[in-house]
Amino acid sequence: MAQTGRDIQRRMNSIRNTQQITKAMEIIAGVKLRKARGRVEATRPYQHRLRDTLQRVLEAAAVEGDTLPPIAREAEGSGHCLIVVTADKGLAGGYNSNVLRRAEVFRRENESTQLVLIGRKAREFYRRRDVRFLADWVNVGDDIRFSEAREISAVVQEFFLGGLFARISLLYTEFQSAVSHRPVVKQLLPLADGSAERGSSASSQGPKPLYWYEPSLAGVLRQMVPLYLDSAIYHGLLEGAASEQGARVTAMRNASDNAGELIEELNLSYNRIRQGIITKELSEIVGGAEALES
Amino acid sequence: MAEFRLEVVTPNRKVVEREVSLALLPSELGEIGILAHHAPLISSLTIGVMEFVPTHGERRRVALGDGFAEMADNTLTVLVDTAELDSEIDIMRAQEAKERAEKRLRDQQEEWDFSRAQVSLHKAAARIRAAEGSE
Repeated sequence: MAQTGRDIQRRMNSIRNTQQITKAMEIIAGVKLRKARGRVEATRPYQHRLRDTLQRVLEAAAVEGDTLPPIAREAEGSGHCLIVVTADKGLAGGYNSNVLRRAEVFRRENESTQLVLIGRKAREFYRRRDVRFLADWVNVGDDIRFSEAREISAVVQEFFLGGLFARISLLYTEFQSAVSHRPVVKQLLPLADGSAERGSSASSQGPKPLYWYEPSLAGVLRQMVPLYLDSAIYHGLLEGAASEQGARVTAMRNASDNAGELIEELNLSYNRIRQGIITKELSEIVGGAEALES
Repeated sequence: MAEFRLEVVTPNRKVVEREVSLALLPSELGEIGILAHHAPLISSLTIGVMEFVPTHGERRRVALGDGFAEMADNTLTVLVDTAELDSEIDIMRAQEAKERAEKRLRDQQEEWDFSRAQVSLHKAAARIRAAEGSE
């Protein structure tokens, strides 16, 4: 490929421009990551306490044989509902594709799965494939509010109580550190599954306090279960948002590094060409001088 | 006076975490008073105002959203979707929110969820009561 020095310089400038953009995006994502991480951590105490308390109430309900409110009961049927949490934007490495790949695995394993999608990327993915979904939310954004999670949760609960499906799972990306995040599927309803085994281990730890329930055990559950779902979805959204920014920081840093390498290589070949021209000119001058002398 | 630990936790932060000698909670069946070494209790709460008396200091009020309270091991945990200490409340904003909610309830527009407007009205009223005090 015959390239002139000017061609190479033009390419170098274009790569430099791209590098500036990726660097800026890395910095922005870094700032957002710090904020998102703080929010994930701030919501954990609430989430854990709510889960622990709900646990105790469910155990008590099992012992007393109280009738559970419909939302806490095991529904009949085999239908699943998968809530998929993705981002609205791309350029975040494998963040969105990892979630969607996991969603596809879930759909193969559970045939009658209905989808609830969060994020533009999930919606685009399933629209392209002509897969029908129950509901979708886009533009949830970076600044996720609890009320938004409640809205999603309320709709899904209505579907559940309407008998559209018997199980609800949430697929989101768990934020472990800035560079480590992985998609996880967490079952939200029915509650009984995961809690039963943990319950048996807890009951072996000596006597538990006997609670007084106000207004009643069923009344407390009727309020607590929706709150638990709201907060689980909120938590999933926040974890996802932090993971998204983490993935974007990494992706943009890689892009900037690659651009740097390319520029270095191009610089090398540019200098080689330049040197070739100088050498050629020199030898022409020397040759010309020799011709004159002889 | 005997004391116990009070924690008010929302999905976004811990609002209160301190030793108190008395707490009053808004419940469906009326106000519940909690003193140290209260029997284990799990109670639903209604949107409203809770009060507590710190071991050292003035009586404080907190505007609570939807949630519940658990008393066990001499610790009272209040888990609610929103909570604001009296000193943090912007009373002008609460007034505006209240008027907005009232207007929505009056107009009863189709797009506006009736129950949602009612919730925001209750919350705004609780904030105003918490900020102004009950006296």
